[in-house]
Amino acid sequence: MLALNVVAVAVGLGVWAGLARAGVEGLPGPVAVARRGWELIESGTLLKDTAASLRRVLIGFLLGSLLAIPVGFLMGWYVTARGLIEPYVQFFRTIPPLAIIPLAIVLLGIGETPKIFVITLAAFLSSVISTFQGVVSVDKTLINAARVLGARDGVTFRRVVVPASSPFILVGMRIGLGSAWATLVAAELIAAQQGVGYRMQQAQLYYDLPTIFVGLITIGVLGLIMDRILLLIERRLTRWQERR
Amino acid sequence: MNTKISFQQTSCAFPVNGATFVAVDRVSLDIADREVVTVVGPSGCGKSTLLNMAAGLVNPTGGDVYVDGTPVREPGPERGVIFQQYALFPWLTVRANVEFGLTLQRGVGRAERRRRAQHFIDLVGLTDFADALPKTLSGGMRQRCAIARAYAVNPSILLMDEPFGALDALTRVQMQDQLLRAWSAEQRTIMFITHDVDEAVYLANRVVVMAARPGRIKEIIPVELPYPRSEAHRLSPEFAKIRNRVWHAVYHQTPEEEPAT
Repeated sequence: MLALNVVAVAVGLGVWAGLARAGVEGLPGPVAVARRGWELIESGTLLKDTAASLRRVLIGFLLGSLLAIPVGFLMGWYVTARGLIEPYVQFFRTIPPLAIIPLAIVLLGIGETPKIFVITLAAFLSSVISTFQGVVSVDKTLINAARVLGARDGVTFRRVVVPASSPFILVGMRIGLGSAWATLVAAELIAAQQGVGYRMQQAQLYYDLPTIFVGLITIGVLGLIMDRILLLIERRLTRWQERR
Repeated sequence: MNTKISFQQTSCAFPVNGATFVAVDRVSLDIADREVVTVVGPSGCGKSTLLNMAAGLVNPTGGDVYVDGTPVREPGPERGVIFQQYALFPWLTVRANVEFGLTLQRGVGRAERRRRAQHFIDLVGLTDFADALPKTLSGGMRQRCAIARAYAVNPSILLMDEPFGALDALTRVQMQDQLLRAWSAEQRTIMFITHDVDEAVYLANRVVVMAARPGRIKEIIPVELPYPRSEAHRLSPEFAKIRNRVWHAVYHQTPEEEPAT
């Protein structure tokens, strides 16, 4: 499997190099991009940009998830809460978080706040539904099993509903991380002074394709690493699950 | 003999697609202390609903269920329930599952909890699997774990809802013998739902046969075979005679007997 993956990557790089050599208009080859990447690392720009971007994504993702989990639980456990919250969640879910950006700029200015706000919103909306689904789909027999053993509502919630819905929550967090990351670049188009998205936009102005490629690859690699970390955590926490 | 569980004109109806579905219609039944009563009937006869009302998981819409003379309002640890689908907590080991009920009881310390759980894990033969997760267990082992979990809180009543329904025939016979052995040692009151006529007769002091639409008691058939029971009883002509009677009561429910709805 791993061998196949390596072959696929090698072939991809080869095709890329081939296209660049064949003279596709303006397309830099892998070597040129690697060279630019090294320059950007040496000058410290890439590290600073990455740090700025990661900071935004992580803050937004953590805030969004921390908010989504209790709200999702509330919606799943109390019918009243569901009735009150669900219309808003469903409504805002249909609006792409990017469409909130103009509003965020007007209301929150052009500092870090609107960017983090938009990322938080994206992460929140993706994982709140998943958490809610998790709570609703908890096997009723498990709840009954706890009740007949003498568990009251609070205990049942803490010791049955929370663990039983944890796989859904973790999946929701992964989706949330994906949307946070996807929202990042657009959010950094809002007058940022730093960040991978900002750097790419600058490069666009100067027709600097290698830098754009470095930015794209950086985003891809970081996203992949973060997703794998979450996947690992998910596997570890839900090892009890029966998998088919 | 003292009455342990008493259904008095107990009914349960709920709306289904706008119509009212009567799952249980004015059932009266007394189960004596330390008696084993099995309930058989076609699907939809309300046998599970009857058990859930005794468990306190479903509220009757008419009449009441009394346990030790007190009307049942909610579940309680003196009434252990064993579900058909095992209902083990999949994120807990066998030991943690068995200890679950004990952790909810005041005044049971860690060491005492561990000792009691171990006793019941040994009793159901899961000693070597105490630290295993449910997903690694076979169906029979899961059900034994569920039984140990129910026993651990020391209920005076066991309510069993087709507990051996998903097991193969051989395992099922072993589980029945194990259940009766445990019962003779600890003498709990058992209400046992099944759709297996052999199982119903083998375990019971009395077999309650139910009829469907609406769910009601059709016949109560006493099983006059002495405990402890064994294979010899299972293969005896007396057993066959009772079995035939129960079989006819279950499978020859003529449409005329069903009141017009």
